[in-house]
Amino acid sequence: MRYSGFGFAAGFFRKMDPEFFEPLALPLFDSLYNFAHWLTGNQVDAEDLVQETYAKALKGFKSFQEGTNLRAWMFRILRNTFLTSRSGLMVHNTSSLEEEPERETLLAHGITPESVLLHSENEQLVLNALAALPVHYREILLLCEVEELSYREIAVVLSLPVGTVMSRLSRARNSLRRGLAQIMQALRSQHEPV
Amino acid sequence: MSPSDRNDAVLAKYLDGELPQDQAIRIQQHIGECTPCAAEVAMLVSMKRGLHAADLFFSPSVEFRRKIQQQVSSKSRDKWNARLVWVFGLLSVTLFLSTVWLESPRRAPTFSEVADLHVNAIASSNPVDVVSTDRHTVKPWFQGRIPFSFNIPGLEGKEVALLGGRMVYLNQHPGAQLIFTVRQHKISTLVFQESSVPVGEVTNNGDVERRNGFNVAAWNESNLRFMVIGDADADEIRNLVHEIKSAN
Repeated sequence: MRYSGFGFAAGFFRKMDPEFFEPLALPLFDSLYNFAHWLTGNQVDAEDLVQETYAKALKGFKSFQEGTNLRAWMFRILRNTFLTSRSGLMVHNTSSLEEEPERETLLAHGITPESVLLHSENEQLVLNALAALPVHYREILLLCEVEELSYREIAVVLSLPVGTVMSRLSRARNSLRRGLAQIMQALRSQHEPV
Repeated sequence: MSPSDRNDAVLAKYLDGELPQDQAIRIQQHIGECTPCAAEVAMLVSMKRGLHAADLFFSPSVEFRRKIQQQVSSKSRDKWNARLVWVFGLLSVTLFLSTVWLESPRRAPTFSEVADLHVNAIASSNPVDVVSTDRHTVKPWFQGRIPFSFNIPGLEGKEVALLGGRMVYLNQHPGAQLIFTVRQHKISTLVFQESSVPVGEVTNNGDVERRNGFNVAAWNESNLRFMVIGDADADEIRNLVHEIKSAN
C-alpha cells in the first residue's frame, strides 16, 4: 500500500478554497523541506526553495484539480522551482541523463554493497552515496524510497512517462550500489597496511 | 520466472507495491524457490531500509517553520487582505477627493467667484480696460485677447448703458467682462467659453436669482456661457439679459 498522504483528501472538497490550503499543505512542510535540502545541498537554498514553493502553490491553489494528489502537486512545484533556480540550473548544466550500463561489476576485495546495506551502522555511508548521486537519480530515489510515492505520482512530479520512471529508478539503484562499492573500496584501502 | 531470466524490474515493482495482487503472490512464491531472485530482493530491501535514513534527515529551523506557517495561515492572509482593502480604500478616497478638489473649480464655479470678479471690477480704480459706450469700440478691443467672439447689444435709447470692458480669468480661462450701468448701479456681464466654465451654482436658464444681495442670471448660448450680476433691480437685470440674448 503506497502512501497517499493528504493528497487524496483534497478530492473531497468540491472547490479549492484557499481556506483549505493551510490544513492540506502545511503537513507536507517537513517532507518538502527535507526533499529541498537533499536537492540543493544547503539550508539557505532549501529554505528559499520551500518558501517559493508554498507561495506558488498558494497562488495556484484555485487551479489545483480536485481529486488529484496534492502531495505530488506540491512536490512537482518544488522540483520545477528547483530546476529554474540558480542551484538547479547549475546541477542541470553539469549532470547528464545518459544511459548507464544496467549491470556492471561492483565487487572488489570481497566487499559488496549488500554487505554495507545490511549493517545499520553503515547508514551514513548510504546517505553519503545518495548525496553523491546525480540529482536526477537522487530525486527519484527520494521520491520512491523516502516519500513512498507511486510510480504514477513520481511520473507527475518529474513530468515523465511511467515507463521512464521505472527505468530511471532502476539505473538510480544501480548507481547507488556502485557508489557504495566505491566508498567501501576507498575506506578499505585507507585501512589496509602499506 | 526462472533463475536464468531474473527480471529485476519486476522484482523492483514487487517491492515498490506496484504489482497487482495476483502477480505479487506469484512473485512471492517464486522468491521462496529462487536464490538469485531472493538475493536481489534482499538487496533491494536493504537499500530501502538504508535510504529510509534520508527521511526527515534535514529538519527545518523553528524560525523557518514559523515563517511558513505565517505565510500560509489563512488568518494571516485575511489580516493582510483586510489591510490591503483598507489601504486600497484610503487610496481610492484620497484619489477621489484629490480629483474632486482639482476638478471642482473648472466644473462648478461658485457664485462667490463670479461675485468676486464683479466686486473687484467695481472697486478697482480702473474698472474697465477699454472705456467706451460704443459697442463697436469695445468688441474689437477683445480681438486677440480672448479665444472667442460675442456680440454686444446696441443700447441706444435704453436706460442701461455700456461703460466698457476688461479681460478677466475664471478657472484659469480668459474671458470678457462688460460693465454696464443703470442709474447708479453697475452690472457685470461675464462671457466665457462654455467648455471652460461649465454650469455652476447659478441656475443656467437665464432667470434672475437673488444671491447675497446681488441679482444674478446665467445661461449658455453659442457655446458661450454668459453670467450677469449686479445690485440693480431684478427687472433691470432681466432687461439686460434680454438685450444680450437678442444680440447673440
